Amino acid sequence: MTSATLWLTLLAGGLITYAIRLSLILAWGRVTLPPTLQRGLRFVPPAVLSAIIFPEILRHDGPLDVSFGNTRLLAGLVAALVAWRTKNALLTIAAGMAVLWGLQMLFRGV
Amino acid sequence: MIGQTEPMSDSRNEFLAGVRAELPILLGVAPFGMIYGALAVAAGLPTAAAQAMSAIVFAGSAQFILTQLIATSTPPVVLLLTVFVVNLRHMLYSASVAPYVHGLKTRWKWLLAYLLTDEAYAVTITYYQQTTAQTHRRDAEAAGVEPGMSQHSPHLRGEVPEDAGADKRHWFFLGGGLALWSCWQVCTAIGIFLGAQVPPSWSLDFTLPLTFIALVIPALVDRPAVAAALTAGIVGAIGAGWPYKTGLVAAALVGIAVGTWLDSTQRARQQREYRNESAGLTESNKPDSLHPVDSLPYPASEEK
Repeated sequence: MTSATLWLTLLAGGLITYAIRLSLILAWGRVTLPPTLQRGLRFVPPAVLSAIIFPEILRHDGPLDVSFGNTRLLAGLVAALVAWRTKNALLTIAAGMAVLWGLQMLFRGV
Repeated sequence: MIGQTEPMSDSRNEFLAGVRAELPILLGVAPFGMIYGALAVAAGLPTAAAQAMSAIVFAGSAQFILTQLIATSTPPVVLLLTVFVVNLRHMLYSASVAPYVHGLKTRWKWLLAYLLTDEAYAVTITYYQQTTAQTHRRDAEAAGVEPGMSQHSPHLRGEVPEDAGADKRHWFFLGGGLALWSCWQVCTAIGIFLGAQVPPSWSLDFTLPLTFIALVIPALVDRPAVAAALTAGIVGAIGAGWPYKTGLVAAALVGIAVGTWLDSTQRARQQREYRNESAGLTESNKPDSLHPVDSLPYPASEEK
């Protein structure tokens, strides 16, 4: 991505975000969201985030890797467990990174 | 803390109350700002762009996703589409604060819309609702009406009170929003500075999927949500090699569709069961009817 494209993309991304936040404040009383859309919105975060997490963890080096040699998969599973038990974001990140570093050291034979 | 304060007329006090209400949330936001800054640098974004994104886009999860997509040379169109989908939830926030800011001057609306992040919204809407309920209670008590009785007060319906000029609660919104904004900018800068010192062998880029895991898991509150996440994840893994990152868009849309579909079938089933159970209860009220347990729409447990 060239520098110009990068900056234009950032500006456009900012404008889109701002337009969404401003939309119904300005349109108050004139527009209501259809109920299906309102209910569907809550699935946006889990869907988009999982669509990024899965390939990042299962296919970090290209081909699908679901073996025990996949350190990111193991670290990700531990992180998911910590997230589920504690609901603490920082603890989740710390646990995942600790497992990743531990396994990397182990596999490097340190 | 918020609940005990009376609605104040003074703009400065409202502003400071907003800042104070936002402070505990900043503790949780600060590390994310730093992680974002460090990650953006690790992903190869120029320092200026990484910092500017925090001011221009100013939306945590969208910034993380943008960083990831820029690093993997995603076409700008797909990138902007993703930002749009990810930030659509802000439309709900926009709708929800709209009645409270309706009476303000346009420049206030434009300013507050810029500050309408998840965290500022959470604090502000709580304050609006609590103070509205309080005002309503006070009005009701003054009028000698039981608080529960008059549910048709304009305050409860979120309508603008008639003394809109005396309502300074938008200063609270501004205080909370600006507190978060300043924290986010400063923490991004710290993260950019620290991230530049970290060698690539630390795999700092892995904090990104970990951050997402931390965000996703608490959102999996019921079966439709779990199904949405799983289908999106699987489609995303299959489509990871598709051109122009279309796999990501397809995965997100399939996940949202599956979640919404399961949600509506579940609602329909619950409504049916509710009707059946009501019918069952009516039956059991007859003197010669069966024991209520037998008329439940599912088999009674084996221990009986």
